[in-house]
Amino acid sequence: MAETDGKNGAPPAAGTPAGSNGNGKNGKGKVTALLEGGKVVRERAAEELKALKQPEKTDLWKSVLRVKHDETPRSRALGVLSNVFLHLHPAKINRDAVAYKYTWGMGGMTFYVYITLVFTGTLLMFYYHPSKVVAFRDILYLEHDVPFGKLLRNMHRWGAHLMVIMVELHMFRVFLTGSYKPPRQFNWVVGVLLLVLTLLLSFTGYLLPDDQLGFWAVTVGTNMARATPLLGNDGPFGHLLGMTPFNDVRFGLLGGSIVDANALLRAYIWHCVAIPIIASTFMVVHFWRVRKDGGISGPAPVMLESEIKEPRKL
Amino acid sequence: MDFHQLWTIFSTPDNVPIVLLLFVVPFYTWYAFRQAFANDRLIGQLEADPALAKTSHRKTQAWKPGWTKEVHVWPYLLRIEFLAAIIVTVILMVWSITLNAPLEEPANPTLTMNPAKAPWYFLGLQEMLVYFDPWMAGVVFPSLIIIGLMVIPYIDTNPLGNGYYTFKQRKFSILTFIFGFIVLWVSMIVIGTIIRGPGWMWFWPGVTWDHNRLIFEVNRDLPDLFGIKGRIGKLIFGAIVMGIYFVGAWIGMHKLITRTPFNRKIYSRMSLLQYSVMQVFLILMLLLPVKMLLRLVFRIKYVWITPWFNI
Repeated sequence: MAETDGKNGAPPAAGTPAGSNGNGKNGKGKVTALLEGGKVVRERAAEELKALKQPEKTDLWKSVLRVKHDETPRSRALGVLSNVFLHLHPAKINRDAVAYKYTWGMGGMTFYVYITLVFTGTLLMFYYHPSKVVAFRDILYLEHDVPFGKLLRNMHRWGAHLMVIMVELHMFRVFLTGSYKPPRQFNWVVGVLLLVLTLLLSFTGYLLPDDQLGFWAVTVGTNMARATPLLGNDGPFGHLLGMTPFNDVRFGLLGGSIVDANALLRAYIWHCVAIPIIASTFMVVHFWRVRKDGGISGPAPVMLESEIKEPRKL
Repeated sequence: MDFHQLWTIFSTPDNVPIVLLLFVVPFYTWYAFRQAFANDRLIGQLEADPALAKTSHRKTQAWKPGWTKEVHVWPYLLRIEFLAAIIVTVILMVWSITLNAPLEEPANPTLTMNPAKAPWYFLGLQEMLVYFDPWMAGVVFPSLIIIGLMVIPYIDTNPLGNGYYTFKQRKFSILTFIFGFIVLWVSMIVIGTIIRGPGWMWFWPGVTWDHNRLIFEVNRDLPDLFGIKGRIGKLIFGAIVMGIYFVGAWIGMHKLITRTPFNRKIYSRMSLLQYSVMQVFLILMLLLPVKMLLRLVFRIKYVWITPWFNI
């Protein structure tokens, strides 16, 4: 605006003959010119403001979204395909698949809950030290002194529970619709791994508040590792491989023979770094394969028994 | 009837997910089966009328000529995803505002919690500890569950029911999954949460959790009931019993797998490897309820006693 102001304001001022004429007359001409210049600026501003009523036509909008905003099928498709956050979607999907009753939306909602968990978890990491001395006090501090700290912790905890429930229901739905059948067999396997990773994520988080609940849950949990056949000191055939409480699989999990400072640190690193990276990687593969295997499985037209083809012989 | 005890159990914040499961799992089961039966009726109609089968669009969803088969993701899917995200956020927010995450006393290795419960999603495994030794309940069975789930797509040779709800066309696989998921997994979580009290003893809902309760229950081993004393005798006896179980279960399962003409058709599509893998996993899965029955009704602890492991 400042630039146009100068541009339109300048010519009348420059156009007036250099100040040799009468003072009053010259002054009056300058005022008129200024007013006229102002009027032009106002009109231009009004015109440009009017253009802003359609922001999607501006260069700024186009530079961000890359695609024209109109209601042509091409633009709608490109709006999804050329957007990094949306591009895992196809441009078009089965008309009946958008209805809630087929997919229950469980897979997508699981992913959304995972994102909220990453978000709240990152915020929680600002207030937490994985050390036996302060871990429990950090939680108390978080609950009583950090603004919204209690809400943050609650959301992380209940979000984790919600995610486990949703993953199980997602698996239930996928089974009942037979969606693991060819060509999607392998994606089911990836899904099972993601279920295991979800449970492990939840379980490693259980110890972090360093309270009685987490301590005993992890004690019970890792005591089972002691009984691993061959690899645990208490398990069948464990002693044949020279397993003791100080070199078996439980020792590896806890970083010691008891649930103590090292176990807390290990749980923290698994929970905040390692498993999220592994799980995210598998999620990428999972979503990628959903697309590559032909999108979501249905609702497909029903197949009749009489239409079963003979299996291909090897 | 101790309603206070019931309320204590149900209102423990960490038990809320199980209370949620009690509603959500039956709801979605009903929701799925309603669609499955609707599809089954349609399948019945189409099978009875081959001419209709050729022209029908073969879905229970409404259909009008001229409708496109597909719709744009923008906006028809994205608006639903957006709405779902908002609803999930609201639910999570409300849940987090109204209920506080539990925080007990600081960890204290000298003070054992009673009952010391695992997180709810592992209560099924913890409940298995009653029936099997830790190496089975804590290591072998979880691994088998994971591997068993992974092999499902590779042993299910039934080509029907791919991408739509149905019961009629996949009775065996659906009943097996529901047995594994609802009857074993979910109900064991519910037992572990609601029924198991101090000392991991069985308290029916409404019975006060008495920390001083003692149960005088002699757990016996199967070989002892038959008067077998020696170590080697027990080893051989257990091996024989397990062998009988495996053969019997194999034959029983085979009868089930080949019960109807349709089942036999699917069976004929299986390779020997697929069939054996399926049998092994089914028999091992069945081991759990069999052992539960032996333990809870007949108070038998071990069937097979060896110097290295007991089952």
